[in-house]
Amino acid sequence: MTKLSKLKSTLLAAAALTAVAATPAAAQNIGACLITKTDTNPFFVKMKEGALQGAEANGIDLQTFAGKIDGDVETQVAAVETCIASGAKGILITPSDSRALAPIVTKARDAGLLVIALDTPFEPADTADATFATDNFKAGELIGQWAAAKLGADAANAKIALLDLNASEISVDYLRNNGFLKGFGIDIKDPTDIGDEDDPRIVGNDVTNGNEEGGRTAMENLLQKDPGVNVVYTINEPAAAGAYEALKAAGKADGVLIVSVDGGCPGVQNVSEGIIGATSMQFPLLMASLGIEAIKAWAESGAKPENTPGLDFFNTGVELITDQPADGIESISSEEGLGKCWG
Amino acid sequence: MNKAKTADKGREFDAVLADSDQSLAAFDTHPKTTLERVQQFLHSYPTMVPVIVLVASVIAFGFIAGGRFFSPFNLSLIMQQVSIIGILAAAQSLVILTAGIDLSVAAIMVLMSVIMGNLAVNFGVPAPIAIVIGFAGGTAAGMVNGWLVTRLKLPPFIVTLGTWNIFFALNLWLSGAQSIRSQDIDAQAPLLKLFGTNISIGNAQLTYGVILTVIVFVVLWYLLNHTAWGRHVYAIGDDKEAAELSGIRTDRTLVQVYGLAGLVCAVGAWASIGRVGSVSPQSFYEGNLQSITAVVIGGISLFGGRGSIMGPLIGALIVGVFQSGLRLAGVDVLWQVFAIGWLIILAVGIDQWIRKVAA
Repeated sequence: MTKLSKLKSTLLAAAALTAVAATPAAAQNIGACLITKTDTNPFFVKMKEGALQGAEANGIDLQTFAGKIDGDVETQVAAVETCIASGAKGILITPSDSRALAPIVTKARDAGLLVIALDTPFEPADTADATFATDNFKAGELIGQWAAAKLGADAANAKIALLDLNASEISVDYLRNNGFLKGFGIDIKDPTDIGDEDDPRIVGNDVTNGNEEGGRTAMENLLQKDPGVNVVYTINEPAAAGAYEALKAAGKADGVLIVSVDGGCPGVQNVSEGIIGATSMQFPLLMASLGIEAIKAWAESGAKPENTPGLDFFNTGVELITDQPADGIESISSEEGLGKCWG
Repeated sequence: MNKAKTADKGREFDAVLADSDQSLAAFDTHPKTTLERVQQFLHSYPTMVPVIVLVASVIAFGFIAGGRFFSPFNLSLIMQQVSIIGILAAAQSLVILTAGIDLSVAAIMVLMSVIMGNLAVNFGVPAPIAIVIGFAGGTAAGMVNGWLVTRLKLPPFIVTLGTWNIFFALNLWLSGAQSIRSQDIDAQAPLLKLFGTNISIGNAQLTYGVILTVIVFVVLWYLLNHTAWGRHVYAIGDDKEAAELSGIRTDRTLVQVYGLAGLVCAVGAWASIGRVGSVSPQSFYEGNLQSITAVVIGGISLFGGRGSIMGPLIGALIVGVFQSGLRLAGVDVLWQVFAIGWLIILAVGIDQWIRKVAA
C-alpha cells in the first residue's frame, strides 16, 4: 500500500521533472536502481550493502535487482525496464553481458537516466555514462608480475594452468587472464581472446564458473594434461580454493604458486595461510558508494562523473595482497588486507 | 452295405491331410536380420545400451586422446568427478521412474550442505548431529515436493520448478552466498569431509565418495527390485490408475519416493563437501539438469515405469568420459557442451527405436 503510493508519487515526480526538463530535483526522493549480476556472488552482495548504506546516507530511494546466474541477460533487461518505469534518476549496473545490454541501456539514457557501469565495463565503454571499475587488466598484471618475480629464473620454464570463468569469455574474464599473462611476460596476441596464445609454458585453459567445485574439476583436468604444473592463475578466490583441493589430493599442495583476483575475506585468509600466493584486491563497496554519489550529483546539478585520465573508466583501484612481497611490486600484507577485505 | 463301403475307402478328402500344413494359428514370421536380433536383445536388457556406449566411448577416446586418457588414474578421476552428479541422478531416477521429474534435486543438496556446514562450523553443533539434521532436512524437503504433487495434484515439473527456486533462495539467505573454507572445516568438523578421503589402488585414486555413490545405487537397486515397495514404484510409473485399482496406495508411495529422493540428495550433500573441499553455495547450479542428462543417457524412460536404476550411474560415467576425453584431446569447452547435447538426443532416439521391437 505505502509502497504503491510511493511508486505513484515517484512516477508523478518523474513526469513533472520531465516536463520542466533540466530543473535540479529536490534532494528528497531521488530514485536509483542497483542491478547486479547475481545475488550468489559475495562480491555483489557486498556491493549491494555498500550501495544501500550510501543511499541511506544520501537520502536516495534505492531499488535493487539481480540476475539469477552469471549471464542472465533477460532478468537484467527487465530490471532496467522496471527502473525506467519507476522514474528513477539513475542506474548502477554490473552488466551480465557487456554487449547484449547495450540497447536497453541506451534506451534508459534516452529516457534521461544516468547509467553507470560498476565492475564490468560495457563494450564499447561509452555505452554507459560512466564506468566505476577495477582495472581488471591491471589486477591480472600485478599477480602475473608477482608470480614471475617469485619464480625468478625458473619463470622461463614455468608450467602455467589458467582457470577462467566460463565459455562466454566476458570482459572481466579475458582482461584478468590476459593481464596475468602479460604481467608474467607472455605474448597475449589478441587482448580480447582467451586461449589464442602459443607460448609453450601454458599447459592449458579450463573453466570454473568461479566456484570451488569448478575450480577443483578444472585443476584436475589440467593436471591430467601436465602433472608438472607449477603456476596456477585463477579467475577468483573460490576457484583458487577449489584448485588447491585438487593439488592437495594429487600430493602437490606445496611448490605450486596459486594467484587470484578479488580480495574477499576468505580469499585473503587463504593468502595468510599460504594457500594462495597473492591476490589482487578490488573494492566493491567503493564502487557502489561512488556510484550513489554520482547519481545524486547528476540529479541535483546535472554533472556527470569523469573518467580516470588515460582510461575509459573511473579506476576504483586495486591492491596486491601477499605475504611474500617481491622487489619492485607494491603490495600489502594479508594482515593489512584482512582489514580492507569484503565479504 | 453303404456303411461298409465308406469305412473301407475312408473319406477321400482325409487322404490329403497328411500332406497339408498342420501348424496352428501363428503370426507371420520372417527370418530375423542381425539388426532385429540386436533390437530384440537390447529390448530384453535395457541397461546394455549405456554399457555398450560407455565401453565404446572409452575405447574410442583411448585412441583419440592417447595413453593419458586410458591411464588408471584418469579413469578413476572420471569416477571422482561424476560421483556427486551420480548421486543426484540416483535421486532423480526414483522420481522419474514414477513418471515425475524433480528439478529441485541439486538445490536440496546444496541447501543441506550449507545447513550441515553452518551448524557444524559456525554454530559449533557436533558434526554427526549436523549431518543427521541435514538428512532430516533433505527428507523433509523431498516430502514437501511429494505432498504438493499428491495433495494439491500439481504437476511434478511445476512443483519442483517452484521448490528449486525456493530452496535456492533459502540457500543464499542462510549462507549469505559465502563459502565455508576448507581449512575451517578441517579445524572444526573434519567429519564433513569424510567422503573426500583418498584410497590409492596402484595408480588409480578413488575416494570414499566414489564408493558411497556405488553403495547408494546398490541399495536403491535392491529396494526397487527386491521389495514390494520397489515394484509399487515401477507400477505407479507404468500406470498410476491401474496401480491404484490393484490396491497400491499410490499417493503414500509417491510421497515416500520424493522423501527418499530428498534423503539421497542430503547424502549427496555430505559427499559434496568432501568432493569440493568447502561448503560452496554457488556450486552445482546446473546439477538438476546434469542429473536428468545422466538419467536419460542411462536409459530410464521419462514416461516412467521403465529402466534400471543402474543405468544412470553408467549415464553419468558416459558424460564424464566424454568430457574428459574431449578435454584431453584439446577440444574447446563449447564443443564439449555440443557433444553432450547430441548424446542426449541419440540416447532417447535409441530408446524409442528399441521400444518399437517386434516380438
